[in-house]
Amino acid sequence: MLDFIARRLVAIIPVLAVVALFVFFMLRLTPGDPAAVIAGDNATSDQIADIREKLGLNLPIWQQFGIWLGNMLQGNFGESFFFKKTVSELIAQRLEPTLALSVCTLILAVSTAVPLGVVAAYRQGSILDRVVMGFSVLGFSVPSFVIGYCLIYVFAIELGWLPVQGYTRIGVDFGAFVERMILPSVTLGIIYVALIARITRASVLEVLNEDYIRTARAKGLSNRVVLMRHALRNAAVPILTVIGVGIALLIGGAVVTESVFGLPGLGRLTVEAVLSRDFPTIQAVILLFSVVYVLINLLIDICYTIFDPRIRY
Amino acid sequence: MSAVLPDEVVDSAAIASASTKRRSLWALAIRNPSVIFGSVILLIMVAIAILAPVLGTVDPTRIDPASRNKKPGTELTVRLEDGKTMKRVALMGTDSLGRDVYSRVLYGTRVSLIVGVSVAIVAVSLGLVIGLVSGYIRWLDGFIMRIMDGLMAIPGILLAIALVSIWRSGLTTVIFAIAVPDTPRVVRLVRSIVLSVREEPYVEGAISVGTPTWLVMFRHILPNTIAPLIVQATFTAAAAILSEAILSFLGIGIPPETPSWGNIMAEGRTLFRVFPHNILYPGIFIALTVLAINIMGDGLRDTLDPKMSKKV
Repeated sequence: MLDFIARRLVAIIPVLAVVALFVFFMLRLTPGDPAAVIAGDNATSDQIADIREKLGLNLPIWQQFGIWLGNMLQGNFGESFFFKKTVSELIAQRLEPTLALSVCTLILAVSTAVPLGVVAAYRQGSILDRVVMGFSVLGFSVPSFVIGYCLIYVFAIELGWLPVQGYTRIGVDFGAFVERMILPSVTLGIIYVALIARITRASVLEVLNEDYIRTARAKGLSNRVVLMRHALRNAAVPILTVIGVGIALLIGGAVVTESVFGLPGLGRLTVEAVLSRDFPTIQAVILLFSVVYVLINLLIDICYTIFDPRIRY
Repeated sequence: MSAVLPDEVVDSAAIASASTKRRSLWALAIRNPSVIFGSVILLIMVAIAILAPVLGTVDPTRIDPASRNKKPGTELTVRLEDGKTMKRVALMGTDSLGRDVYSRVLYGTRVSLIVGVSVAIVAVSLGLVIGLVSGYIRWLDGFIMRIMDGLMAIPGILLAIALVSIWRSGLTTVIFAIAVPDTPRVVRLVRSIVLSVREEPYVEGAISVGTPTWLVMFRHILPNTIAPLIVQATFTAAAAILSEAILSFLGIGIPPETPSWGNIMAEGRTLFRVFPHNILYPGIFIALTVLAINIMGDGLRDTLDPKMSKKV
C-alpha cells in the first residue's frame, strides 16, 4: 500500500511539471516585458526594475524557471500590484468562501445523486428512471449561471425565503452562513448531480446482473441491503472516479457561481485578476487549483483499495 | 513495384467492406429517435442563425437611449435612417442601452453555433493528429501523453480563462481557448483506438508489404476513429457553447458589443431583479441548443459506438 502511494506520488510529478511549465511560460507568451506585465498598468520604472531583479529576468530562461519554481514551492507567489498585497495573503483571504461552497456542494451532490442513480437503476425503464435521466441531460445543458439566476428569482426575490447574494463568514453567524450557502450550492451542484447520477445508474445497472446479486436476493436479503451493501459497493469505483474527475467541473463552476452570488472567493478573484491583467494572481490561482485537483484524484485512487479490496497495486 | 500491387488489392477490399458497414450504421443512426429529435431542433437553430436578418429583427448593435430597459411586449417608436418613424413591438424587451433583445438573441445564435462547430473542428483535428502520432509512433508516445496529462490537470474553464488572458480577446481567441482544454480528451480517445487497431491483422499485413507509415495511419487506422470522433465532436460542440457563454458572461469572452448569448446575459446581470428577461430568453436558447446537441450525441453514441454507450 505504502509502495503504491509512493509510486502514485512519483507519477504526479511530471503532470505537475507540465502545469508549472505552462503557468511559467504563460507570462512569457504575453506580448511585452514580463516585469512590466507583472507590475501592472500603474507601476513606476523603479518597481519594474525591482521586479526584473527579483525574478532574474536577465538570466537565461531555464535559470528564471528555477528561481520561479523555487519561489512557488516555498509558497512565495509574488506580489499582486493590482490588489497591493502579496498573492499568498490574497489567496488566504479568499479561501474560505470557495472551500465552503465546494464542500457544501460536494456533500449535497453526492448525497442526492447516488441514491437517485441507484433507484433509477433499480427501477430501470420506469417513469422515475426517465425523469432522473432526463434531468441529467438537462443538467448538462443549462448554464449554471442561468440556473443560479432562476433560483435567485424564485426563492430570493419572489418568495423572499433566502438572501439574494453575499457571504457571511462561518465563524461570524452560522445561521446566516447556511442561508447564504443554500442557493449557491444547489446551483453549482446541479451539473455535478447530473454527472454522478448518470454514472451511478450505469455502474449499478452493470452490477445488478451479476450472480452474487441473485444469490443475495435468493438468501432473502431485503432490497435495501442488496442495493446498498452488494450493488452499490461493487459499483463504487466508477462513481468515485467520476466524483474525482468532476472536481474540475466544480472548480470551473465555482468561478461562475461565485460571480452570480457575489461570494468573495477564489473564483471571483480569478475573474477579477484576469480583468485587471494581474498575472501573479492568475498564475498562483491556476497552479493552486490544478495541484488541488491532482491531489484529490490521487486520494481517490487510494480510496479504490478501500472500497474494492480486489484492487491490488 | 511488386510490393505495391498486393497492398492495393488488400486495401480496396478492406475499404469496401468497411464502407458498407459504415453506411448501414449511418442508416441506423438517422433513424434513431434521439438523433431525429436533436437534429430537428438544431436545424431550426441553424435556420434562425441564417435567417436572422429577415425574422423581424433590427440591427442588434443599435443603441437607442430613448427605449432603454423596456419589458417584453412593449411597443416602441423607432426612428429610421431617413428620419421617418415606425412602430415595432420589442418581443423580448430591450437592454439598458436600448438594444433590442429579440434581435440580439436571434443574431446570437450565429455566434454560438459558430463557436460550437469551430471548437469541435479545432479540437477534433488537433486531437486526431496528435493522437495518431502518439498511438502509432511509440517513442513519442510517453512525451506527448505527459503533456496531455498536464493539460488535463488544469480544470478546463480555468485553462480557457488563462489562455484568454494571454491572447487578445475576440472570437478566434475564444474558440482556441475553449478548444485547447478539450484536445487532450480527443487525443486519449484516438490513441486508445490506434493502440487496439494497430495489432489487427490487416494493419500488420499492410506494414509487411511495405506500406509507408503515413499511409498505414491515414488509410488503415484513421477510418476506425471516425465514428467515435463524431460522437465526441457533438459533445465537444455542446460544451463549447456553454463555455463561450460562461466566458462572455464573466466579461472575458467575446467583445461585449457582439451579440452573443453570454454577452446579452452579462449585460442583463446588473438589472436582473427588475428585468429578468435579459437572462431568461438567451438562457432558454442556450439550454435548448445544447440540449438538442446532447440528445443527438446520445443517439449517435448508442448507434455508432455501442461499446462506448455501455460504459456511460
